[in-house]
Amino acid sequence: MSIDLNLVGAKGAIAQEAEGKWGMVIDQDVCTGCQACVAACAMENNLSFVGEEDAGYGRTQHWIRIERFWEGAYPEVKSTPFQPMLCQQCGSAPCEPVCPVFASVHSQSQDINLQVYNRCVGTRYCANNCPYQVRQFNYRDYHLDPIHANEVDGQLVYPFHNQFNPDVTVRRRGVMEKCTFCIQRIHKAEDTAKSQGREVVDGEMVPACAQACPSNAITFGRLDDPESLVSQMAHDERGFKHLEELNTMPRITYLKEG
Amino acid sequence: MAVTSKYFPGAEKGHETEHEEHDPRESLMYDPKPRGEMNQMVMESMLTTSCKFWVVFCMLAVLVATCFFYAWGYMIAEGLGVAGVMRPSYWGIFLVNTVFWIGISHAGTFISAILRVMKAEFRRPFTRAAELMTTFGLIQAGASIFMHLGRVWLAYWLFPIPNERQLWPNFHSPLMWDLLAITTYVLGSTMYLFLPLIPDLAMARDRSTGWRKTFFKTLALGFRGTEGEWRHLQTAMNIFAFAIIPVMFSVHTIVSWDFAMAMRPGWSSTVFGPYFVLGALHSGMGAVAIVLCLMRATMKHMDYFLRAEHFDALGKLMMIVSFAYAYFFFNDYIVQWYGGDKWTDALLHWLEEGPMAWMFYQLIFFNIVLPWLTLWNRKIRQNPWLLALIGLLINVGMYWERYLIVPVMLTINRMPFTWKLYEPRIEIFLTIGTFSLFLLFYLAASRLIPLIPVWEVQEGQMTHSLRKVGKTQVPTISEFE
Repeated sequence: MSIDLNLVGAKGAIAQEAEGKWGMVIDQDVCTGCQACVAACAMENNLSFVGEEDAGYGRTQHWIRIERFWEGAYPEVKSTPFQPMLCQQCGSAPCEPVCPVFASVHSQSQDINLQVYNRCVGTRYCANNCPYQVRQFNYRDYHLDPIHANEVDGQLVYPFHNQFNPDVTVRRRGVMEKCTFCIQRIHKAEDTAKSQGREVVDGEMVPACAQACPSNAITFGRLDDPESLVSQMAHDERGFKHLEELNTMPRITYLKEG
Repeated sequence: MAVTSKYFPGAEKGHETEHEEHDPRESLMYDPKPRGEMNQMVMESMLTTSCKFWVVFCMLAVLVATCFFYAWGYMIAEGLGVAGVMRPSYWGIFLVNTVFWIGISHAGTFISAILRVMKAEFRRPFTRAAELMTTFGLIQAGASIFMHLGRVWLAYWLFPIPNERQLWPNFHSPLMWDLLAITTYVLGSTMYLFLPLIPDLAMARDRSTGWRKTFFKTLALGFRGTEGEWRHLQTAMNIFAFAIIPVMFSVHTIVSWDFAMAMRPGWSSTVFGPYFVLGALHSGMGAVAIVLCLMRATMKHMDYFLRAEHFDALGKLMMIVSFAYAYFFFNDYIVQWYGGDKWTDALLHWLEEGPMAWMFYQLIFFNIVLPWLTLWNRKIRQNPWLLALIGLLINVGMYWERYLIVPVMLTINRMPFTWKLYEPRIEIFLTIGTFSLFLLFYLAASRLIPLIPVWEVQEGQMTHSLRKVGKTQVPTISEFE
């Protein structure tokens, strides 16, 4: 949904837009940095294992990552809270207008930012323009790489073949990918609700990262529903949004250390 | 022919002490040769091939086969994992090469179109060599863009081709503007290369036999040199000379918007357009100096056509461009520093004291300090080898500049967790490949088409003459009506 800035009342429309549909709240106070969300996301969304060498070089395929910062030099290190970083599903996403083939698009019905893998030609402009650096590129056909030969019969082991999620596309080389807020789960919940003739209730659908979080640091839900847990938490006084000054209108609110 | 005579400065009384030994016949325009002889000289320069030429040619061909075609094929088959691109630096040397080659290509248009429109007489013998640089440089730039794509086999999706799904490219994207601008520039500059080539091709057709005759006959399009044909050709060339100038300025401005439109510290700079154009001219002039020096050193009869005066004029151009470049260089960095954005600050510190700082200082030295220190001296400007060396170093500096702008500036973003330095891998081979392909094209062109625009030199010599006024020889320039 684009806003015509020339119209009267455009600012109100922007504020309304900023609310969004689906949203997330991440409480940095309770995040332990256990990386369960990273693992769960990889399983759910068929993320590639890139191998030791590529991972060390900065090619990890993680749609969510735990950022860890510290101040000072060892041993007087003051660590700051863990910061899970994933696609902020910007309301005004910098990655969208720069794609020459419309592979990075805004979903009209879900109001989140999606990547059309089939359409992507791999210019990687979207990733450059993403201030959060959360878009991942498929440098190789990782899903075709065998990890090692089986010790018993010498057969090659393809680690992915036994764990692919059938609801999610497997991306080939040369394609950009990113967090989708587990759109396959959103669709499933919506279909179930529709078949039972009701709305999706709060908490019915959670993305993989929120489901796996042992300390419940991640809350997911409808931002446009004022009763939902996520929209109440989003208005917490500890809440802030990352790089809000760029006017990206992120959908994820972080709760800082209380 | 209406004569509007104008005094050659050297012949004026007041300057006699300064230019005492200056002989107007040192200048190509006042040292005419009969047309037949000159045509013969150009044909000989094209047909005389030593075995050294073939050795170099074969070496380059091997380099192109391995470093360009094989390496690229390997990269397509394996994916961009064999290249060095990674999280913060999603763009690597491929885009450095693209910007670099488009920059090189600017010299050709600048020299042949702007100097033609301005009627700068010294351009006459080397317009062709410079125009070839435009076309060949753009081929490398185009190849580099396609190398850069993750799924190059789908590159046609970037073009607005009607299809049954009504999918259309995104005209909001600076990459789309870039694609359109470069395509326009390739087509325009190639036509502009071809038009002034026609009379020379016709000349070569009349003086060759065998397969060359067929080749020239096909390309010359039956040009016979009648009055009407010349008139049409002149009209076409005039239209193209004027039309290509805005295209040339716009194309590099649009290339710079690929960067300037992005929300990156160091990139979102409003001065990038003119800064890139000046940078392009800077590297292009240097490249022209290298090519002219090599032509003069390796091809027959070139010392008649390419003289000290031409290197002198080119050296002056290089120095002026260097002045202008310095203005935009400091403007870009100082305004960004003055802006006080904390990420830009981090980036500038990273440039001045990070691991790539040597590149930053070399860039300042090669692009600004070196031309300013050397090119004011006429002896240095008139020495082809020295000028070519300065041109080469300017190009090294300009390559570093693009390298700093693309992968090194990408290192610093707003997420400090991801900061990481880019390392080129297969890109090094592919860069060697594009350079080899460029040189290979030049070598092939030097044997296949006249690199000296003979008719332009002859036209110039017809308009320049030495007249006797009393005891002195006064050089005069006339204009065709």
